[in-house]
Amino acid sequence: MSINDKLFKVKYVSDNVSHLTPDHEKCKNCIRKTCTFICPAQVWEWDDEKNTLTVNYENCLECGACRVACDMQCIDWKYPKGNKGVTFKQG
Amino acid sequence: MYNIFMENKTQVIVVGGGIAGISAAITVARAGKEVVLIERGSFCGSKNVFGGAIYTRAVKELFPDFEKSAPLERNNIKHQYMLLTQTDATTISHLKKENKSNSYTVIRGKFDRWLAEQAKREGVTIVTETVVEDLIIEDKKIVGIKTELEDYYADIVILADGVNSLLAKKIGLRKDLKPQDVALGVKEVIKISEEKINERFNINTDEGCITEIVGYPMNEMLGLGYIYTNKNSVTIGLGVALDELSEKQLKPYELLDKLKTHPSIEELIKDGELIEYSAHLIPEGGYNKIPKLYDNGVMVIGDAAMLVNNLHWEGTNLAMLSGKYAGETAVEALNKNDFSTDCLKAYKQKLEDSFIMKDLRSYKNLMPSMHKRRKSFTGYYIEKINSFFEMFTSVDGIVKRNKFRNFIKTIFTDRKISELVKDGITGIKLLWEILK
Ligand SMILES: Cc1cc2nc3c(=O)[nH]c(=O)nc-3n(C[C@H](O)[C@H](O)[C@H](O)COP(=O)(O)OP(=O)(O)OC[C@H]3O[C@@H](n4cnc5c(N)ncnc54)[C@H](O)[C@@H]3O)c2cc1C
Ligand code: SF4
Ligand code: SF4
Repeated sequence: MSINDKLFKVKYVSDNVSHLTPDHEKCKNCIRKTCTFICPAQVWEWDDEKNTLTVNYENCLECGACRVACDMQCIDWKYPKGNKGVTFKQG
Repeated sequence: MYNIFMENKTQVIVVGGGIAGISAAITVARAGKEVVLIERGSFCGSKNVFGGAIYTRAVKELFPDFEKSAPLERNNIKHQYMLLTQTDATTISHLKKENKSNSYTVIRGKFDRWLAEQAKREGVTIVTETVVEDLIIEDKKIVGIKTELEDYYADIVILADGVNSLLAKKIGLRKDLKPQDVALGVKEVIKISEEKINERFNINTDEGCITEIVGYPMNEMLGLGYIYTNKNSVTIGLGVALDELSEKQLKPYELLDKLKTHPSIEELIKDGELIEYSAHLIPEGGYNKIPKLYDNGVMVIGDAAMLVNNLHWEGTNLAMLSGKYAGETAVEALNKNDFSTDCLKAYKQKLEDSFIMKDLRSYKNLMPSMHKRRKSFTGYYIEKINSFFEMFTSVDGIVKRNKFRNFIKTIFTDRKISELVKDGITGIKLLWEILK
């Protein structure tokens, strides 16, 4: 089962603005790009063509791993607004 | 009921409606004081993830009759440890049939909600869908909170905002988390019929089995896998130190997939349907990472205070009891009308006097030592134990005595003797720390 199939089972209410904001300039110089593999929801993807980081914030499970593990400590990480984000029914 | 929206001032504000926050709030309300609990999710439990078991004794401290009405899944009477290599499994199982055991599996989405209902009934005002963004500080004292919409004031603020505790960090009670301070947990809840669960885990209806998994696919990393049985579903997951995932550049869900397809695990979850996938951080720092627990007008409890005993998967009980102690301290402070550190230090003392700090102190060197020796403990020995059983159980016409001798010889020839000695010393040291 792919990660997208797994995420399909998760309930979200998505906002139209991102609660996750990396410092894109720093990302350009980031060699390891830890966020792209450590995130359990594959929120962070490096776009080679555009030379930029795409942030699929709608899929965020709000765990905080990217914030702690970011190589440049450059993610402005907030909780989604009160009525937005993930809802775990099982947990 | 006290209306927070009219006056914007109450006696106690609790931030976070997890197990710790609800326990603190209900303790305050039971003493007849005003308390408002603020939760960012749409209901208490909606943002919370855990493995599976709550501990009877801790829950009874606050809810003596919880077994009558709480949404419980199964009573865990069986506990098994699986030592996995890529292909093999050695399982040690412990069963206790007569007495009711000391833990139940629960689903946090239901259990936290139930706790919140009890709290409401006993006078706690619960505000959901509200993120506390900052704390209000006046004259070096915390006097309230800021949300997206409004500022609210209180004599005491209790921070129960979980492992990431952005608020404790903001006011300098806690340093920011480092990758080695936490593990990342990913898990799946898989729907399987009650009969199949009973059959596969060899238990009866309402009886539960906790399975802890060491070794594959977390070989040589600090990590643990687990399976918990619910009524009509099983939870399978793993938690691995964040620094190790980062170092090895591993995707957490791929590790979980590897675990799920191990031949001995696959059998337990086959033909199941995925209900939910989730992820959460677990505090792993132990005693050495406990932050400053209080300041003028504020206390920190539960995961926000890093109160988790990771070897035993104990977190909810520490959350509950730390909530209770902070709640009691808040009540004493309100009675004395003193919200300074002088009065709130009683909270820390209560933790010190309980098993919480004593246990955490015993294990204080566990993580650093395990970290140093992880390659042998979660890699080499697991392989060795499995190959022992393979050797012991194989029928191949080789003289048994020779087989045993050869096996024992490999223990001394596989690796340097000095490594063996170091493992032994680490083991003895840890045992000593726990027993002394
Ligand atoms: C994978 C995993 C498995 C585990 N297994 C077990 C187990 O089997 N047994 C066990 O006893 N323990 C287990 N634990 C540990 C246990 O889950 C935690 O210790 C416990 O849930 C901590 O409770 P808490 O109330 O402190 O934090 P949480 O349950 O995390 O609650 C924090 C609450 O605060 C809210 N919040 C956060 N920030 C804000 C804000 N700014 N404004 C408003 N609200 C906010 C959140 O939405 C959340 O509801 C496990 C943990 C994990 C991650
Ligand atoms: S790890 Fe941090 S700095 Fe590197 S790409 Fe990701 S967000 Fe950017
Ligand atoms: S908080 Fe967790 S799920 Fe969300 S983007 Fe960061 S790592 Fe991914």
